[in-house]
Amino acid sequence: MAYDGVVACAPVTIPYRRYSTNSAHWWIGRALHDLTRTAKIRPQDIDGLVLSSFTLGADTAVGVTQHLGLTPRWLDHVPLGGASGVVGLRRAARAVQSGDAQFVACVAGDTNHVDSFRKTLTTFSRFAQDAVYPYGSGGANASFALITRNYMNKYGARREDFGKLCVAQRDNALAIPFAMMKKKLTLDEYMAARPISDPLHLFDCVMPCAGAEAFLVCRADVAKSLGLPAVRVLSTVERHNAFPDDPIQYRGGWALDVDELWQMAGVKPDDVDLVETYDDYPVIVIMQFEDLGFCGKGEGPDFIRGHSFTTDGSFPHNTSGGQLSTGQAGAAGGYLGFTEAIRQLTGVPIGKPVKDARLAVVSGFGMINYDRGLSSGAAVLGRAS
Amino acid sequence: MTAPLIRPKRKDPLKKTRQPLYPQAIRSRTAQGLTAAAAQGRFELQTCADCKTVFYPPRDACPKCLSARVPFVPVDNRGVILAETAIHTSTDPYFRERTPWRAGLAKLDCGPVVLSHLHGDVREGERVRLDLKLDKGGAPVMIALPEKDTPNMADDPQLREMTCDPKFRRVLITNGRTAVGQAMAKAFSEAGASIVFVGVADPWKPFPGHDALRAVERVEIVPLDVTDTESVTEQAEQNGGRVDILVNTAEHVRPGGILQRHGLTVAREEMDVRYFGLMRLAQAFGPAMRSRGADGVNSAAAFVNLLSVHALMNWPAYGAYSAAEAASLSAAQCMRAELRPGGVKVLNVFFGPLETEWFQTVPPPKVTPAALARAVVQALQRGLEDAFVGDIAEDVRARLAVNPKALEREMAG
Amino acid sequence: MASDLLSFAERVARGSIRVVDLTQTLSQEFPTIVLPPEFGQCAPFRIEEVSRYDERGPAWYWNNITIGEHTGTHFDAPIHWISGKDLPNNAVDTIDPRNFIAPASVVDCSQECAADPDFVVTVAFVEAWEKKHGRIGAGEWVLLRTDWSKKSYPDYAGMGDDGAHTPGPAPETVKWLVEQRDVHGFGTETIGTDYGQAQHFTPPYPAHFYMHGKGRYGLQCLTNLDKLPPKGAVIVAAPLKIKQGSGSPLRVLALIESRA
Repeated sequence: MAYDGVVACAPVTIPYRRYSTNSAHWWIGRALHDLTRTAKIRPQDIDGLVLSSFTLGADTAVGVTQHLGLTPRWLDHVPLGGASGVVGLRRAARAVQSGDAQFVACVAGDTNHVDSFRKTLTTFSRFAQDAVYPYGSGGANASFALITRNYMNKYGARREDFGKLCVAQRDNALAIPFAMMKKKLTLDEYMAARPISDPLHLFDCVMPCAGAEAFLVCRADVAKSLGLPAVRVLSTVERHNAFPDDPIQYRGGWALDVDELWQMAGVKPDDVDLVETYDDYPVIVIMQFEDLGFCGKGEGPDFIRGHSFTTDGSFPHNTSGGQLSTGQAGAAGGYLGFTEAIRQLTGVPIGKPVKDARLAVVSGFGMINYDRGLSSGAAVLGRAS
Repeated sequence: MTAPLIRPKRKDPLKKTRQPLYPQAIRSRTAQGLTAAAAQGRFELQTCADCKTVFYPPRDACPKCLSARVPFVPVDNRGVILAETAIHTSTDPYFRERTPWRAGLAKLDCGPVVLSHLHGDVREGERVRLDLKLDKGGAPVMIALPEKDTPNMADDPQLREMTCDPKFRRVLITNGRTAVGQAMAKAFSEAGASIVFVGVADPWKPFPGHDALRAVERVEIVPLDVTDTESVTEQAEQNGGRVDILVNTAEHVRPGGILQRHGLTVAREEMDVRYFGLMRLAQAFGPAMRSRGADGVNSAAAFVNLLSVHALMNWPAYGAYSAAEAASLSAAQCMRAELRPGGVKVLNVFFGPLETEWFQTVPPPKVTPAALARAVVQALQRGLEDAFVGDIAEDVRARLAVNPKALEREMAG
Repeated sequence: MASDLLSFAERVARGSIRVVDLTQTLSQEFPTIVLPPEFGQCAPFRIEEVSRYDERGPAWYWNNITIGEHTGTHFDAPIHWISGKDLPNNAVDTIDPRNFIAPASVVDCSQECAADPDFVVTVAFVEAWEKKHGRIGAGEWVLLRTDWSKKSYPDYAGMGDDGAHTPGPAPETVKWLVEQRDVHGFGTETIGTDYGQAQHFTPPYPAHFYMHGKGRYGLQCLTNLDKLPPKGAVIVAAPLKIKQGSGSPLRVLALIESRA
């Protein structure tokens, strides 16, 4: 069932910082504050909240309602990391569509204290504690190194292919004032970077930082009455623990759900004007291109060789720089593509515009519990006509 | 090919001793099933009793059929490395100072995919044997070993972090007056220990085997009486800083139960030699060993207790002796907790009746001192925490696992 | 008279009566008697610090010690041996304390022992000694000077695979000392009052058998016997008052006339 009459609007980004002495509650509070200002509503008007964060300590979303003085009649906590944006939107859209809530604030935010990244890693999951962290404590870098290595062996991808994506995203990020990475990146620099966990090198890895992202989900007529530029939610999918029998991850849950994604949206991959993938590591970007149907399985390397991926080039991709260049603000990383897509489709990008952008795909991926990312999802968004 | 270990140079006295660190040791309760297997050198994974699926990491239900009957059972440890990585950047201080650290995904023939440490002779795409070991923090980990043994295999730095190989280590055997102590000295010398200190109490009392003991290569006889706090302290003051493996061979075997013992004189001796002796050694040598757990090639590695298997279940024919052994076992468990932060293992070697004068009237099977010594060296080379030596010890272990109460009754004879 | 006692004290203080310490220091290393391992054993001396101005006791130092009744320099009471088990006042707590002070004859066989660690003291040897130094008096300790206390511990214990090899008295010598000389007791430098191989005598361990059988006492592990005159020393040897004790470690003092 489609999401008729449901829109996303009021994209908010609290500029990222490498380290923050503030709490996650502070970052989430700033995001909601900006959201109400942008949407021209009062905090009391927020009657639905979907929240994602890794660094709330003992709190979940309900603790945050009291902390921030909200009284929602609909609440969801989505601890799904890079899939948080898709899943948050999906939940919120159904709540609005069914009338359970009028204004659902979708927000993700995390702080980054000096030691919080290591702490998040050490307690990430039971499987991580039992079977991953004690093996070198390389974190996600080591896990994705193995996935990357396997993909390279299997499909002939080269480091240069990954590098091309990273270099393009860096170009896109140069127009984003709060991006962590502010210098142009050349392919030579990418290739010469120090190894992190073979075959991953420095520029294959995101930089953890503090930040928050948010947007508002409501009915199209409500957005219109508030004078808010909005985007239509055309379709969404989500999947968890797909293909458990694959010995090593070379595809994500999208491959199971891709047909439904396009059918519900009523569009084809070729129709899409920009793609925002979850780019914790370039290999995952390639898998999203393949699994979402932009190319066939194993054709990722050739696909990369055939496009430029810059905002103004062929196949505009991660047009705000992605996490690789803008930074990974914890769970907010799963929202980065959404706020950017909403801005592009409503014609108010922070960086360079994608020319005549009408249709966007935003994809999410997250939660490397043991040896692979478990959660995947995607949404097709369209410019309001 | 593994480069053979080079005998460590004498330590630069101006250099700070590297402090022991260990990988994160937190494990779920279910994952402690791996600890149990690793401690005894078995390769076990959870196997669904209903659908026979073998799976990993440890779970509380079968991921195929949701059965809760998911015991750890021995499984085929062979597989292939799907992908490998060398970790250059680690958030953990232990690994940080040991990078690059190699890890890889192993697909086991029996099903699961296992993230494991990689032995230096293992490469992506190759067939391997997976082994369960206890790492520096005493937590269970997988390591992929070459399909067939390779030259100097034990010298691999990643593997050596998980073992207590006597090679180039300095060993103290606490009592050289006995056949066991003498066999132990010989076995450690042959295993490449760089010095084998052998303690001798009451040097005014001659003992059989003295000349042969003295003739063993790299043996150095030192005064040590585990019943004398001052003697133990003095020995620790002299050599405590260079004992990497301590093997407590102090024994006091006397037949008889509790009721017919007629007073406490012998029981006190038993406790003094075994339980208090262990405590004296632990107090005198333990702290220095704990602080030297990362001191290079010849870091402190293990504290070895030789324990009668009847520490685990009393044998009334040697009832008071069994009780003293049980007390020592309990102390050893405490010491494990205390030495673990230093990366020093406590190895308990449980033996059945020995081929010595104190078990003269006991019928076979019995364990010869030489077999016990070989077992100790092998257990250290494998990095075990508990080893069972001899048919009786194995028998007691197996029967304990099935029905301890039956064993208690049957021990009465 | 009180004046004799006070003048004695004055002479001790002045040094005209010298005090010779015949006691070995109680230490863990000092050999104790060895029985076959299936028997109960005499506890060796052990010391365990209770506190030393530390967290276990901030302003004081003290130890707990473990000893057997027959550890180190010690006294044997008649009850120690089966031959003396039924005698009156045969334990250290019931012996009349007068018996803790007595004169001594010091029989020197150190030269003979240096030549032969298995030297056996015969009646003839003692009679020859009496010829030189005078008859052993009733109520006197007979102390056997062997210079054994000067030996290294292995030589001192003299342990071979057939038992100890240390000098001591023949059975008839002990019997003769008790019956013909009515001595107070018998003292040695060696681990026991008996000859090292005395288990092969008849009766075995005669110094224990005859001395204790007649209510006489034993002293062993003595030292400094070479500092005593053959006759004229007074021995102060008071064991701990252990209830029904068979003996006890003790401080043995000899009072001798200063040669000066």
